[in-house]
Amino acid sequence: MPAANIQVSETPLVLYALRRADDALILGHRLSEWCGHAPMLEEDMALSNIALDLIGQARELYTYAAKAEGKDNDEDKLAYLRDVRQYRNLLLLEQPNGDFAQTLVRQFFYSAFADLYWRAMMISRDTTLAAIAAKSEKESAYHLRHASEWIIRLGDGTDESHARAQAAIDHLWAFTGEMFAVDEGERALIHADIAVDPGSLRGRWLTTLSGVVSEATLELPQTGWMQQGGRSGRHSEHLGHLLSELQSMQRTFPGQTW
Amino acid sequence: MYTQALNTTETDDRGLEDAAKAAHFQARIDAEERIEPNDWMPAAYRKTLTRQISQHAHSEIVGMLPEGNWITRASSLRRKAALLAKVQDECGHGLYLYAAAETLGTSREELVDAMLAGKAKYSSIFNYPTLTWADIGTVGWLVDGAAIMNQIPLCRCSYGPYARAMIRVCKEESFHQRQGYEIMLTLCRGSDEQKAMAQDALNRWWWPVLMMFGPPDATSQHSDTSTKWKIKRFSNDELRQKFVDATVPQAQYLGLTIPDPGMIQDADGHWRYSEIDWTEFKQVLAGNGPCNRDRMAARRKAHDEGAWVREAAEAYAAKRAQRRIAQAAD
Repeated sequence: MPAANIQVSETPLVLYALRRADDALILGHRLSEWCGHAPMLEEDMALSNIALDLIGQARELYTYAAKAEGKDNDEDKLAYLRDVRQYRNLLLLEQPNGDFAQTLVRQFFYSAFADLYWRAMMISRDTTLAAIAAKSEKESAYHLRHASEWIIRLGDGTDESHARAQAAIDHLWAFTGEMFAVDEGERALIHADIAVDPGSLRGRWLTTLSGVVSEATLELPQTGWMQQGGRSGRHSEHLGHLLSELQSMQRTFPGQTW
Repeated sequence: MYTQALNTTETDDRGLEDAAKAAHFQARIDAEERIEPNDWMPAAYRKTLTRQISQHAHSEIVGMLPEGNWITRASSLRRKAALLAKVQDECGHGLYLYAAAETLGTSREELVDAMLAGKAKYSSIFNYPTLTWADIGTVGWLVDGAAIMNQIPLCRCSYGPYARAMIRVCKEESFHQRQGYEIMLTLCRGSDEQKAMAQDALNRWWWPVLMMFGPPDATSQHSDTSTKWKIKRFSNDELRQKFVDATVPQAQYLGLTIPDPGMIQDADGHWRYSEIDWTEFKQVLAGNGPCNRDRMAARRKAHDEGAWVREAAEAYAAKRAQRRIAQAAD
């Protein structure tokens, strides 16, 4: 009998933790796909390092989501036994690695946000989230520095790297709006000082981006239509394939201890 | 003729001088001193070590592929993080082994190019596929176990940078080995299906792992000079026997059967294994293992597709240096 999907009681707090956990796991998984295949050994190391940080964040957030839900779910059930419609990550983070420029632009857009987000979350009234934030903020600051340095190198490197970096920016830009969106449940958590309003971070996020992108001699697109749906389980086609790989063991051998 | 005559005299002088230096060099090695990068060393010593250290580095890097094959499919989040960290460690080993090799005067680029051109070898064990999750346990337990057996003596290798690199590598490898064994233990205490998966992995990896120690002493080519130079301190067969003696009780504890029905314990307590099929070893070495082509293709693909990134980094570094010079001139 194949392993069935679990049901999660998505209270606002459970859903909130789950969304951030899914963000971290999906991006960590994507980065881990580079391991052994990066353009240089130093980047095999760096991308694995960042992936490890993110998988670590995901584990803490899943564990907290499970605790907040108070049923018998745990980090592995949440990661391995929900299907594509139950995943709550940002569309940006499930986008395929593409070339090195696409991977680094995706990382840059997200880390520039995550750095501000986790710093703001350090004063959350929810002590667990505040503790996770304190650890994640340090990690995100390094991820942002690593990505920014590469955006500058690629943008101001060769004609080819410049073109690839610009193409990646243009391609991924439409997925950035979702980072700042808030639904009703999250609005209540924001009012209770448990969550931060991501919209309040957008100005500083843009300032960070503009500084790096202009030093890189690249350009940010004019803000146009933004894709959304990841937070409510309406994903791109890419996520299903990622999950079929990620979950293959748990789905093939249900209920076993590894 | 004159020039030639002069050269001959010079060569003779150098020959005499080299003989004195070589005697001094050997005396230092016999006294268990470490040879450092700027010390005089015979060309053959340099060549042997460059070959050995770079092969070791290539093995670490190619070795990332069979284990990396399971990072995206690891069986739990804890296992996923541990495996990713482990493969990252192997990459780190590769990096500082290349750095150790560079102290002998050959650049990482040249060494990597030789590997990608098929001119330099890496450990044949990585030409076998990882088919199930149990292979990840088995590779940690046996492949890293065998590597440790080979590498512990290298911590006392006469060449300082290699010996020091090995100390760190061995510490991490022994952690990986315990991690692999713990995966096996979990499988062997699990369901019948999991235990069968563990036995199947052992069946497939056992003989290739024994071959990791190299050909039998009677046919080994490099051992004599390597022993004299204290690069190698134990023979292939000695290390293989040590490994088998250490591993048999571990397999017994797991409740697994070593796929060698002829294996017996002799009066001295040594486990005597059956004859190894060296035809297979030679075939894998010749490029005909199950994954030789895939491994090389993966490394070449990463190298080729990463070329534009490395070029961009170089171009940017050059531009920055120029700007600094221009600023300084202003």
